[in-house]
Amino acid sequence: MNSDLHPGQRKSGAAVVCEGIARAFTGTGLVLDHITFQIQPGEFVALLGPSGSGKSSLLRLTAGLDRADEGRLAIDAGQEAVSRGFVFQEPTLIPWRNVLRNTTLPLELQGWNIDRARTRAEEELRRVRLADFAARYPHELSGGMKMRTSVARALITRPNLLLLDEPFAALDEPTRHALQQQLREIWAALGMTVLFVTHSISEAVFLADRVIVLSPRPARILLDSAINLPPARAAPLRTSLNYIQEMSHISAAVPNPEANA
Amino acid sequence: MKPNARIASILPPLLPLLVTMGVFEIAVRSGWVPSYLIPAPTEVFRSLIDDRVELATAAWTTLSSALVGLLLSFSAGTLFAIALSTSDLARRAFYPYAVFFQTVPIIAIAPLLVIWFGFGQPTVIASAAIVSVFPIIASTLLGLKSTEPALVDLFALYSATTRQILYMLKIPFALPQIFSGLRIASGLAVVGAIVGEFIGGGGLGSIVDSARTQQRIDRVFAAVLISALLGVVLVGAVNFVSALALGSWHTSERKTS
Repeated sequence: MNSDLHPGQRKSGAAVVCEGIARAFTGTGLVLDHITFQIQPGEFVALLGPSGSGKSSLLRLTAGLDRADEGRLAIDAGQEAVSRGFVFQEPTLIPWRNVLRNTTLPLELQGWNIDRARTRAEEELRRVRLADFAARYPHELSGGMKMRTSVARALITRPNLLLLDEPFAALDEPTRHALQQQLREIWAALGMTVLFVTHSISEAVFLADRVIVLSPRPARILLDSAINLPPARAAPLRTSLNYIQEMSHISAAVPNPEANA
Repeated sequence: MKPNARIASILPPLLPLLVTMGVFEIAVRSGWVPSYLIPAPTEVFRSLIDDRVELATAAWTTLSSALVGLLLSFSAGTLFAIALSTSDLARRAFYPYAVFFQTVPIIAIAPLLVIWFGFGQPTVIASAAIVSVFPIIASTLLGLKSTEPALVDLFALYSATTRQILYMLKIPFALPQIFSGLRIASGLAVVGAIVGEFIGGGGLGSIVDSARTQQRIDRVFAAVLISALLGVVLVGAVNFVSALALGSWHTSERKTS
């Protein structure tokens, strides 16, 4: 599968194998109903499903923040150690640290020298176009800037698996579109594996090369489909026929909440 | 701050004080209120001036006891709260005793303190520490337990150690609550010191007690006024440190334009 991807996707991505994953919670019961899928190194996969379907639960399992009741979840980065980056629904910035120090945090936790961590953070902030705001505190930033800081923080460890949990859902549309395009460019440049959780069909189709559609809770896989769009994604793509056809294809598989009402 | 703005900020709390003092001055001078119950404000001021050396020495003794007591309660209370925050079992086992300890009136256990520590400053310091420790424990514990779960997840994602989570996340996150508890505790430390001085001797508490027996109600009021000012000074000091520590990031200390 990797050979079908464009040259930007390569080398440092991790493979994810998810076999028969089940997870139940007290009160809500079964949330993930024996989910099985595989992600190849360097793939950009969107996990699409309605709110409360268990997408975030699956992402937390992949991040190692929770454990499955049943099944096997393996992450393999080949010769490299597995390194995960996580972008939460909210920016989750530390309010007493400025943008630079929020970005260096993962490296500080891993025992890096602060000067080396700063150099790396400045590089990541340039990548997300926040270099001029390094000294600002979170309360001085717009929603989009906070989320870009969160992305820079996730990238600073050079993860081979980047997990994003509906990061742009709370942003206005122009900012969301700009960040989607930026994320796509970052992925093309760094080539890590990306698993992106969203409930937006248009976002999933614009960003990903493959979309996995989950059913309402308990989550099962309804569709696992490749997105046949050019690797370089820019604003004009949103009005193209191919894009609309891909959205229609995915949309047909997404359950209509009105049908169950 | 411009002079006009400074006057505008001082005037609202000053005006009711001046009016009340004026009313009491007239009420006492006219004989409507007997001076052995409430002294005329001018008598209190006379006492403040005449007994200034004795009052200043006593105020320093009380302030130093309250400060040492507050430092003790802050250190012990914070460590205790950190210990309780690390384990649900420890919290269930010990927190009820902290609450129980708070409900025991200090005036009832002050004689015990004299038996344990003797007359003098150690008893006063112990009294100040005991009275002021609970708000520190309760606020610090609340702050440590209120850390945003997503931030705890973030630290877990990068395999942060317990020590890193405590020092780099939980304690800074709890600072607003810790300062809030410290503000309450600093006022209580002065109260605890005065109560301790009633029994253990020395300081403003001793002056209040002896002036009461001598029917020097003006002196009692002078000592009470100074002890209230000590509380204000301590709370002001906590506010200053809080503004330094939280000013750059926390809403409570952020300056609005």
